[in-house]
Amino acid sequence: MSDGPGVPGGADPSGGRLERAVDVLVVGGGPAGLAAAARLAVAGAGRVEVLERDRAAGGVPRHCGRGGFGGFTGPVFARRAVRAAVRAGAAVRTGAGATGWAGPLTVEVTAPTGPERITARAVVLATGARERPRSARLVPGTRPAGVLSTGELQQSVELFGLRGGRIGRRAVVVGSDPVARHAARTLRGAGVTVVATVADRPYGPRLGGGPVLRGATVVELVGRGRLSGVVVRGADGRTGLLRCDTLVFTGDWLPDHELARSGGVPLDPGTRGPSVDPGLRTSVPGVFAAGNLLRGVEPAVVAAAEGRTVADAVHAHLAGAPWPGPGVPLRAEGALRHLSPGRLPVGPAAGPAPTVLLRPAERLPAPLLTVRQGDRLLYECRVPALLEPHRSLRHPAHWAVDADPTGGAVTLRLAAEDGTVPV
Amino acid sequence: MSVTRRGVPPDTPAPGGAYDVVVVGAGVVGCAIARELARHPLRVALVEASGDIGEGSSKANTAILHTGFDAVPGTLESRMVREGGRLLAAYAEETGIPVERVGALLVAWDEEQLAALPRLADKARRNGYHRTRPLSAAELYAREPCLGPGALGALEVPDEAIVCPWTTPLAYATQAVRSGVDLHLDCPVEEVRPGGAAEPHRLVTRRGVLRTRFLVNACGLYADAFDALLGRKDFTVTPRRGQLVVFDKFARELVRHILLPVPGALGKGVLIAPTVYGNVMLGPTAEDLTDKAATGSTAEGLAALRAQGRRILPGLLDEEVTAVYAGLRAATGAEDYRVAAHPELRYVTVGGIRSTGLTASLALGRHTVELLAGAGLELGPERPLAPVRMPNLGEAFPRPYRDAGLIARDPAYGTIVCHCERVTLGEIRDALASTVPPASLDGLRRRTRARAGRCQGFSCGAAVRSLFEEGVR
Ligand SMILES: Cc1cc2nc3c(=O)[nH]c(=O)nc-3n(C[C@H](O)[C@H](O)[C@H](O)COP(=O)(O)OP(=O)(O)OC[C@H]3O[C@@H](n4cnc5c(N)ncnc54)[C@H](O)[C@@H]3O)c2cc1C
Ligand SMILES: Cc1cc2nc3c(=O)[nH]c(=O)nc-3n(C[C@H](O)[C@H](O)[C@H](O)COP(=O)(O)OP(=O)(O)OC[C@H]3O[C@@H](n4cnc5c(N)ncnc54)[C@H](O)[C@@H]3O)c2cc1C
Repeated sequence: MSDGPGVPGGADPSGGRLERAVDVLVVGGGPAGLAAAARLAVAGAGRVEVLERDRAAGGVPRHCGRGGFGGFTGPVFARRAVRAAVRAGAAVRTGAGATGWAGPLTVEVTAPTGPERITARAVVLATGARERPRSARLVPGTRPAGVLSTGELQQSVELFGLRGGRIGRRAVVVGSDPVARHAARTLRGAGVTVVATVADRPYGPRLGGGPVLRGATVVELVGRGRLSGVVVRGADGRTGLLRCDTLVFTGDWLPDHELARSGGVPLDPGTRGPSVDPGLRTSVPGVFAAGNLLRGVEPAVVAAAEGRTVADAVHAHLAGAPWPGPGVPLRAEGALRHLSPGRLPVGPAAGPAPTVLLRPAERLPAPLLTVRQGDRLLYECRVPALLEPHRSLRHPAHWAVDADPTGGAVTLRLAAEDGTVPV
Repeated sequence: MSVTRRGVPPDTPAPGGAYDVVVVGAGVVGCAIARELARHPLRVALVEASGDIGEGSSKANTAILHTGFDAVPGTLESRMVREGGRLLAAYAEETGIPVERVGALLVAWDEEQLAALPRLADKARRNGYHRTRPLSAAELYAREPCLGPGALGALEVPDEAIVCPWTTPLAYATQAVRSGVDLHLDCPVEEVRPGGAAEPHRLVTRRGVLRTRFLVNACGLYADAFDALLGRKDFTVTPRRGQLVVFDKFARELVRHILLPVPGALGKGVLIAPTVYGNVMLGPTAEDLTDKAATGSTAEGLAALRAQGRRILPGLLDEEVTAVYAGLRAATGAEDYRVAAHPELRYVTVGGIRSTGLTASLALGRHTVELLAGAGLELGPERPLAPVRMPNLGEAFPRPYRDAGLIARDPAYGTIVCHCERVTLGEIRDALASTVPPASLDGLRRRTRARAGRCQGFSCGAAVRSLFEEGVR
């Protein structure tokens, strides 16, 4: 079950649970976790172990059978990331899932070899994100078969080889982000007709081949046993039935924060991922977080870069650097949906300008970005670009040195060109 | 003993003979009746229209094991719930059905409701339940610190419990089949040709004709339609829909008891209850409909539930929703069940089992067998039922993924397939090979919890489906 070096340790006589110790435990073998493990192993961080609950490591790119991953297809990107981590000397274990905590830095694990308790000097959480399912979107109607997320669709096609009628014959895709296009392409590649893409936003990136109903929403699912159609309300307020046997809900990401939250790691109220500083330290000493867990989906190369960032902070921690204070919290306002990291050291402790990822809630042509701490304006600038809700803006926080470490939260606000905030 | 899903049902297990009893409808009630009959040397069949047991109202309820404290005193329902509750609690312990005796609090939000609490305590006594206790507002908030502001007090019913609604009928059906009952699925009964004094009834099903001496109607919402097949028109079933919202497991720490509404002028209100799977449930609505298949949710229903939920437990609405579903209660206009023996027809109707049938099921099983005996069925000697031990789906009891000994013997129990619900390959394999195996992914979910979690299949859906369709290799 292990792609890497053997597993040291001894059995716990009481519960039959294996108790082990490692230097760094990385939970999640996707782009973020693997990049962190590779860099740490190269840097000689001691025993670096990656836990991946799936049968193979690599994360989401494993089932994205197309280009767009730093010049590679998803599966190639995933394999290269695994190889880099293993070559660097990290232990990449598959079929091993972290299920909870037995202490501040002790993780409970289930694997076919038995339950374990692994204590680490540093734990890196890189558990990724998922799409909000139909139920959580509160879409009314019946509960028929044939309703899925992009994640399930891609795995069905890329990992389990399902084609055509095994998936369905006529599909409707829901979503406004590029992932809706990926879903439509995956469906067509598998021989399923895409009846339409229902995109709630009236604008957005080019979407999949079939008709795109912009500004429309699915208001009801129809069919027993198997889906037979969806009722769609169009931009003009009129409703109609689209006949289909398959419905794919795409996007609307949620950080997979279960392990973080059950370990008492405080969350950022905006992103619902762990609250972190620019070194990707959580508020719990020794626990770090990276990748899509922080705030939902960014491109895989961004997640991998965060893996490298977190590796440097982990390395410093292992070398005995004190756990920094919380810094000041950053708050998103106006048309800014969320930002990350959500905490910054400011004033003399600020260091070189950290990059903050800003995710707009709306399409914003050249919006105004203002940064304030209380009544004090720290920064104001017109962003010379068209911002889209499916893309983040990288904002170097040069203003951090000017903020007051005792001055409380800093708010970042995006407003449309005319100064108003679109609703 | 057998489970069949296709072909002409074998109605002549003994040469020239018919079944002694056919129970029509494999909901929790029909399964309990079949199990009770299996104690006797009788040829019994349980015949179900859909592809699995428990596919009707029995799969979509609020899963409370009631004490019967608020039943209408003196009714059959009152007695069945009281007896059934005790029987099921004991049976659950014996067979591994998860039950948690969390207790219920009837929370009063205004003076009228507060004034109603002593009357409810009195009604409980008339139903033979003597352990209710009034709680002051301070005591209530000490018990339920996350309760919304404005509650004035509560009545505690310490013996109300939560139970697994999926394992319960499955345990009955499994035990019935192992004890010799034939279970015929995908076998709707479309016509009944009543037999004469010496002739068996002939049941025309979609799969062929079945013959039986005695007949039990446990058709749930369709009990009136089935009665009509025998020329009886004693009541009409009106489906009363209950929509429910199941919240993420992170909501579980917000609530410790079943929070019941106080029935009053403004209608019945909704409850908030933990589930044995570690979630929190909000609902149900109560909508009188005409369509017996209207198990969909509606935007209005969900909005109303959320508004009520926010008042009772404000933190609940901050958590994600894991599932939404709706079930239909078999209302008949009476404040009681509609159970009747028709000895001349060698026929018993067990209908109108409205909103307490899960709790009452074992008592209804006993009661029905007594009615059959009264109608002339010779039961013969009693013998022990085949033992059953059900896989545990409850969070409060040990699960395989944490069991070192089990995993050491069989690594499939250390291979988690559904990560949200921590369902292992071993459990899925066992369910697929079980006495009453699932016929669909939903059936597999009700037997294992696979795909029932917060990701709803994002991570594991394809893998679970492949195991279901290709089998476990
Ligand atoms: C449908 C889809 C299409 C995409 N298309 C593109 C694209 O075209 N180009 C692009 O650049 N990016 C794309 N992305 C984004 C990219 O895949 C992600 O940014 C990247 O995979 C994030 O990496 P991660 O390591 O943070 O998370 P993930 O890749 O999600 O990896 C997390 C890993 O952690 C594991 N895990 C979770 N919990 C546990 C636990 N408790 N124990 C053990 N293991 C655990 C999971 O099994 C998973 O393997 C897409 C994403 C999706 C979902
Ligand atoms: C919202 C809601 C909440 C509830 N909460 C609780 C609770 O907390 N506690 C509790 O104890 N009870 C509760 N109940 C009540 C409980 O769920 C029901 O009383 C119980 O499930 C009824 O079981 P049944 O076997 O009578 O009906 P069903 O489960 O509906 O079974 C009837 C079966 O008969 C089959 N059938 C019908 N016609 C034919 C035919 N012609 N041929 C063959 N088969 C046929 C159907 O397919 C069906 O499977 C609740 C109910 C609802 C709807």
